[in-house]
Amino acid sequence: MEEVFLQDYILHLADNSLIMGHRLSEWTGHGPMLEQDIALSNIALDLIGQSRNFYQYAAKVKNALSQDDLTKETEDTLAYLRNDAAFKNDVLAELPNGDWGQTILKLYLFSTFQLLLYQQLKNSTDASLAAIAEKSLKETSYHVRWSAEWVIRLGDGTDESRQRMMNGLTSIKLFINELFYTTSYEAHCAKHNIGIDPSTLKEEWISRVRTVLEEATLPFEIDTDSPVETIGKNGDHTKHLQHLLDDMQMLQRSFPGCEW
Amino acid sequence: MTIDTQISKAVLEEEVYKILADVYDPEIPVLSIIDLGIVKNVEVSIGHDQSKTSVVTITPTYSGCPAMDVIAFSIRTSLAQHNYHVIIKQQLSPAWTTDWMTAQGKDKLKAYGIAPPQLQAKRLEKLFEEAEPIVCPRCNSDNTSMISEFGSTACKALHQCNDCKEPFDHFKCH
Repeated sequence: MEEVFLQDYILHLADNSLIMGHRLSEWTGHGPMLEQDIALSNIALDLIGQSRNFYQYAAKVKNALSQDDLTKETEDTLAYLRNDAAFKNDVLAELPNGDWGQTILKLYLFSTFQLLLYQQLKNSTDASLAAIAEKSLKETSYHVRWSAEWVIRLGDGTDESRQRMMNGLTSIKLFINELFYTTSYEAHCAKHNIGIDPSTLKEEWISRVRTVLEEATLPFEIDTDSPVETIGKNGDHTKHLQHLLDDMQMLQRSFPGCEW
Repeated sequence: MTIDTQISKAVLEEEVYKILADVYDPEIPVLSIIDLGIVKNVEVSIGHDQSKTSVVTITPTYSGCPAMDVIAFSIRTSLAQHNYHVIIKQQLSPAWTTDWMTAQGKDKLKAYGIAPPQLQAKRLEKLFEEAEPIVCPRCNSDNTSMISEFGSTACKALHQCNDCKEPFDHFKCH
């Protein structure tokens, strides 16, 4: 097992949670009603917390690999001082929120994937990854249930809410397939029973999502066989990630090491 | 290890637990970290110069709980005041559950106005499943309804009593 693959794999998991969490946190103070604003902020907090656990582990692995005594990675350097091309999140996570319906739909599709992933990852032979997955699983189950209920409520709601869900699906459906695309580091980690090959989660994901969309009276308009064009997991991103990082990293870039 | 050092270590570990029982959750200041059940282990070692080192293993409640950093800081300062060197370890597995909260902790929560988590309560799994009614911590009525699954902190949900009309927090089962 080459450690560099493990390092990339942990960063991928961390980046997915952080970027998704940061995007959702943009709703804080803007939710359509107070309770749902708080719900989304809490989910964002869970995701950012999960990313901290992954980043702390990634820093440990990276430092052990490094020959350089003076550059030590920490969770903060990994989150705040890498450029967009170094991020390994799925493009889906970095897409702008759109309206409430689109945000909820994206969260539902993404959380369902995370749930299936963590259910497998908790059996990883890597004790740290298994522990983080076990911990995250409880929180992710909440995220799936909460967002699925909203998908149904809005899809099977008024004409306008249904139309907005349809528009949301159109905006993000092209970015779904990347979730199931297997990068070289995922394949390598899966081969050593450390990580999960995401393509193995596809069938179960489709079946779960289909059931919920059906109940929401929304068509399953996701072509799960179309080729993946932009592979965020390999550092290929849309311009949206850079905009997000400009905002998220601004303080640490301007005042390195600042704390409050 | 001599029997004497074994005994003094056991005494010191007991002392550390007592000190930790005075470290409170900053967001729910009636609960100590012992009440919360997040202290997983305490180990004390005595150096050649008689210095005391305490290794405290804690587990987070929720991954993103911002109180954890404050709690770790409070553990350090409280033990340092009793001349301990402090090493804090974080353990994620087995994942924390509200079933580890002490009975005393649950009583304190209720007296503070927060409905405590029930032991091994049924987890909601099906969509739109109704939560079992939570007993109002003020008037003990079980005629209550949930307003929001997410409340003022990640660990709490917001409910309202239909009898006394008071809204209240419920420490969610996790």
